[in-house]
Amino acid sequence: MLLKELTEAFGPTGFEDEVRGVARRELDAMGLSVRTDVLGNVIASTGEHHPGPRVMLDAHMDEVGLMVTHIGEGREDGGLLRFRPLGGVDPRVLVSKPVLVGERRIPGVIGAKPVHLQQPSEREKPIPMEKLYIDIGARDADDARRHVKPGDPVAFATAYDELPHRMAKAKSFDDRVGCYILLEALRRWKGALPVFGAFTVQEEIGLRGAHAAAYQIQPDIAIALEGTVAHDVVGTPAHGQSTVVGKGPAITVQDGQTVAHRRFAEFLWETAKTRNIPVQWRRVKGGTNDFGAIHRVGKGVLGGAISVPVRYIHAPTQVVSLDDVMHAIDLVVAVLDEIAKGGFRP
Amino acid sequence: MAKYQSVFKQLLEAHGGPGFEQDVRNLILPHLSDYAAEIWTDALGNLVGLIPGAGEGKRPRVLVSAHIDEIALVVTRIESGGFLRVAQAGGFDPRALVGQEVLVHTQSGRVWGVIGAKPPHLTPPSERSKAAKLEELYIDLALPEEDVRARVRIGDRVTLRRAPVDLLNGRIAGKSVDNRASAAVLLEALALLKSMVHSADLYAVFTVQEEVGLRGARTAGFGLAPDIAIAVDVTFGAFPGQAPDESFPLEGGVAISFGPNLHRRVFRRLVDCAERHRIPYQIELSQRPVGADANAFQIAGPGLAAALIGPPIRYMHTSVETVAYDDIWQCARLLAHYVAEVDALQVEELTCY
Repeated sequence: MLLKELTEAFGPTGFEDEVRGVARRELDAMGLSVRTDVLGNVIASTGEHHPGPRVMLDAHMDEVGLMVTHIGEGREDGGLLRFRPLGGVDPRVLVSKPVLVGERRIPGVIGAKPVHLQQPSEREKPIPMEKLYIDIGARDADDARRHVKPGDPVAFATAYDELPHRMAKAKSFDDRVGCYILLEALRRWKGALPVFGAFTVQEEIGLRGAHAAAYQIQPDIAIALEGTVAHDVVGTPAHGQSTVVGKGPAITVQDGQTVAHRRFAEFLWETAKTRNIPVQWRRVKGGTNDFGAIHRVGKGVLGGAISVPVRYIHAPTQVVSLDDVMHAIDLVVAVLDEIAKGGFRP
Repeated sequence: MAKYQSVFKQLLEAHGGPGFEQDVRNLILPHLSDYAAEIWTDALGNLVGLIPGAGEGKRPRVLVSAHIDEIALVVTRIESGGFLRVAQAGGFDPRALVGQEVLVHTQSGRVWGVIGAKPPHLTPPSERSKAAKLEELYIDLALPEEDVRARVRIGDRVTLRRAPVDLLNGRIAGKSVDNRASAAVLLEALALLKSMVHSADLYAVFTVQEEVGLRGARTAGFGLAPDIAIAVDVTFGAFPGQAPDESFPLEGGVAISFGPNLHRRVFRRLVDCAERHRIPYQIELSQRPVGADANAFQIAGPGLAAALIGPPIRYMHTSVETVAYDDIWQCARLLAHYVAEVDALQVEELTCY
């Protein structure tokens, strides 16, 4: 199952190789023209000979993770691994989680000093990242060095599972759900339009891959496909929820780095409505996606984002509605159809 | 040779919080049956197997115990939207619960859930410096509210969901290593004892409700009234930032406890036994009654000669508690040799002060 394979693939920011492998395999099977650029972005294209507008669909391959920075040498910490975050990771979600380390995917766990041995004052504060270690079971530093090294990337070890009512849980729905939508939309769409699928790197540390990809593609229209914040949980007022899981893909109004192109956002909304695809607005200012980089490339690019609501984004276990995912694919294909018919002129 | 590694992992995947240990008990039962002449369960749910000693006349009676419950949560409220609030049944650090997958044990079976974690995108800096409080945490079952209300009842139990992780050097991480590691110690010890001659009647007891106050140990100690009662329970593995006397290296040997709560002569015999059989050990000092079944044993009925041994584990009361199987094995060797060497004279000496 492709979404399972994508979410379980190992791909912390800058180390997207496994995800890239899956994307290339799928794109090759579709018979698209596929290339990899100097940053590691994968760019697929179809219908380049058709008259424009040139449409770029974007999804980032990387996920938030950790990097091993030091192997403990002391009497107390010998063989334990120090680490720092790759992308935005709240240290509070790390305690008591299994991870995979480095190219060889060495299993490890992140533990903490037992609660029994913590002073009452210690218990009131989160355990800071510098007091956490990855334990791979090494007896000492030399033992650890036989298996891992500083610089090794680390990903959460979370299995994908489907839940009742078309829900699913996994790590890295941000943004493997986007990769999945992009692959399935390219597989399904058979129209006359120059369409470029960009699977980008390093979104989580500043939308790096998208800058270069957009420069190369020079699109007229770009759409970022994202797994975005949903916090539709108990105690959160409606205006703070951003999106609601199960209510359809979300269209950005305004986020940390973009203000929606009003006419294009309305076009996305109307396209969804006329085809009876459920859709909602993304309603918080925080966070962003690759469109934040793309729209500023060259002389500027028009477009927006279509996102799937994800609960517990950036945490080891994230939750989505598979219906939202399917509706997002439907919407992307519908939008391409409309553009091809001349339904939106840049 | 150790033979219960795979059973140990099955035990880690079994779910049994205080007061609902039946799944764990049922897993152990067939293995206990390989050794015990008689098996029974008492009113609280303690599982007891009797392995009679050799010889005629009055035999020493030795109890060895491992508690089989794990720390758990209890559903206290179903919020609008179908999110669950919980209370402790055992001592979780709420900070170790954020983002954790769990199972809710309902009347109609297990339901998957995850304890919510607010994304960093929505978390203001002031919130980042605060530790999670249990009252603020909630379980998300990813189900419509009406389904949640139809399936979940107040009082349903919740346990962590975590498949065991194999680390290097035969080290294993998972939930409920505290204290299924010691259940494995008992099974390994019974296997070893099968090829030894012991004059003592041995009661192998898998106790319940340790995590909420040593309750199973209390009735087992009273009900069986052994001459000697040895609790096997995990202790704190060495980790940076812990005091040296609360920090026992993994593969550094069996922790043998010493302190007012524990019988001096039994302690001395255990150390002596480890020395003679070249079993690595380390001594754990306690200044107060210990936080283990041995605490209840000491004052059960007329009072018992209590002892405490166990393997060290890291990250106690998290879902990644880590043990070295070699420590389980060494602990089993010590337990078996000790039991094989208990004789009537040693029992007599217990009251000689």
